[in-house]
Amino acid sequence: MRTALDALRARPRLAFALLAALLVALPFLVGAGLGNSWVRVLDFVLLYILLALGLNIVVGYAGLLDLGFIAFYAIGAYVYALLASPHFGLHLPFWAILPISMALAGLFGVLLGTPTLRLRGDYLAIVTLGFHEIIRIFLNNLNAPYNLTNGPQGINLIDPITIGGHALSRPLELFGVTVPSTYLYYYVFLAFTLLVMAVAIRLQDSRLGRAWAALREDEVAAAAMGINTRNVKLLAFAMGATFAGLAGGLFASFQGFVSPESFSLWESFLVLCMIVLGGMGHIPGVILGAALLTVIPEALRYLGDLQRATLGHVVLDPADLRMLLFGIALVIMMIYRPAGLIPSRQRKRELTARDGVAEQEQASLYDAKA
Amino acid sequence: MADLLQVQGVTKRFGGLIALEDVSLSVRDGEIYGLIGPNGAGKTTLFNCMTGLYDLTGGEVRLGGVLLNGLKPHRIVEAGFARTFQNIRLFANMTALENVMVGRHVRTRIGLVGAILRTPRARAEEAAIRDRAVALLDHVGLRGKARTLAGHLSYGDQRRLEIARALATEPRLLALDEPVAGMNPTERRQMADLFQRLRADGLTLLLIEHDVKLVMGLCDRVAVLDYGRKIAEGEPARVRADPAVIAAYLGGEAA
Repeated sequence: MRTALDALRARPRLAFALLAALLVALPFLVGAGLGNSWVRVLDFVLLYILLALGLNIVVGYAGLLDLGFIAFYAIGAYVYALLASPHFGLHLPFWAILPISMALAGLFGVLLGTPTLRLRGDYLAIVTLGFHEIIRIFLNNLNAPYNLTNGPQGINLIDPITIGGHALSRPLELFGVTVPSTYLYYYVFLAFTLLVMAVAIRLQDSRLGRAWAALREDEVAAAAMGINTRNVKLLAFAMGATFAGLAGGLFASFQGFVSPESFSLWESFLVLCMIVLGGMGHIPGVILGAALLTVIPEALRYLGDLQRATLGHVVLDPADLRMLLFGIALVIMMIYRPAGLIPSRQRKRELTARDGVAEQEQASLYDAKA
Repeated sequence: MADLLQVQGVTKRFGGLIALEDVSLSVRDGEIYGLIGPNGAGKTTLFNCMTGLYDLTGGEVRLGGVLLNGLKPHRIVEAGFARTFQNIRLFANMTALENVMVGRHVRTRIGLVGAILRTPRARAEEAAIRDRAVALLDHVGLRGKARTLAGHLSYGDQRRLEIARALATEPRLLALDEPVAGMNPTERRQMADLFQRLRADGLTLLLIEHDVKLVMGLCDRVAVLDYGRKIAEGEPARVRADPAVIAAYLGGEAA
């Protein structure tokens, strides 16, 4: 296995081709092996990767703890729902709506960022938590006096993404093969995920990415080195929210239905768990975290069936078990791999190094006094 | 020579505590100016007031005639005023090179779109940032340490890296807060050489320092702060003989 990996590393083009082939074939493999319901899970894996990549910019790059991230996802989803459903009788095409979803979510990112500029750490987390609740409560109650969001009932019959005259909600006949709807969405989501990944990588490795890292490391020093901390922070909030807005739009078209229930606080925590588990600030880690935390709860459903088959009834509800396992997994992570499953070089040192500047600094001050 | 930095009647109060009271001084273009005084005299507070980390209670600070009062820290850096910190504040989990590259932020301008699209201009600027950072590391004597994490550098090297990072902002005035604290005599001599080199490059240096020997040998003029007031200013030899200065350092009765 190791030698095979090494062989691939020596031939990046071959490795790339194999990876591409695997990604293209994945829904068919999963569909044949596990059933079509798992392709739907695969679609959600991609959506959560999009979300996690967005939150990673805010939390992982810039170090701003945001617990209300799903609010932007909700905004993106509702923008799509309102502009492509019978609710207002508007049916704009997806390529027109998605930029609006992203822009509006990004704008709300700045709106959240502006009053919280002076806050750090725990305080910022509390305000973002409140922001999330405000958005959710608005969505729940904006059905009167003017019916904007249709309240708790949500918005139904949202248009699917239509490409080349074909609505992705219907299977596509291609060379005698029937490609189901969930497969088609997989490819669309995959394209967007790869695009967002490229953007995230390029941002990290840029003047702006360095400014974010500096901000995370030491805000005072960053300001004293000429970084406009206000603008750089707002940009991080806006970029993260934009990614979430995109994911929200895709989610709305995929589900065909949105309601405030889909955007609970639990979702915000889940996405944060994904990046903490995988490795904050590191894209491969973030992707792994998103994939694991999407797939595992689905896999746990089988435990219910298993209990019914062996014990005759369900003793432990898999939904409860999910919470329990998440808790245990996170505690174990904090003890054994505090920097995540695949940590970034920086994060790893931050959380494990004992010989960082702080200690040296104290030692030096001691020397200076002596 | 013209005055580069003018500090006029600067006062800073924290509640009832007067940290700085009516401090005035001026630093001439191209000189090495020392700021000394006993612990708690207000030297670092003055630095923080000048670099925008604290708001002034009164007075004004000008760099090359430009009023710095009320400007945000990054604007002050843009105006050409860079500093280092007494208790080193590097970006510990970034490499030495990345630390210096952050310093280039204020003199470069590629934003979101350029970074995402990697336009030819963005690439060229990124390469220029890197080249400049490498050259600066070289200049302060950190050749070969570019890829070391800042937090893993030796204490002396961290001090040097802070200077390189500050230099990356292309300052006219470089303010150093106890740059040789905790160093041995050899390292101190090397740092003094570095300061001479920087001055030869055309930079003006403002230096907080406790090491009297270093200050006497290096500085063209010094000012002495005590309890937030300036008690003496002038050539090192004269200041050293000043009774008020001796009293401040040795206790009131010695005068």
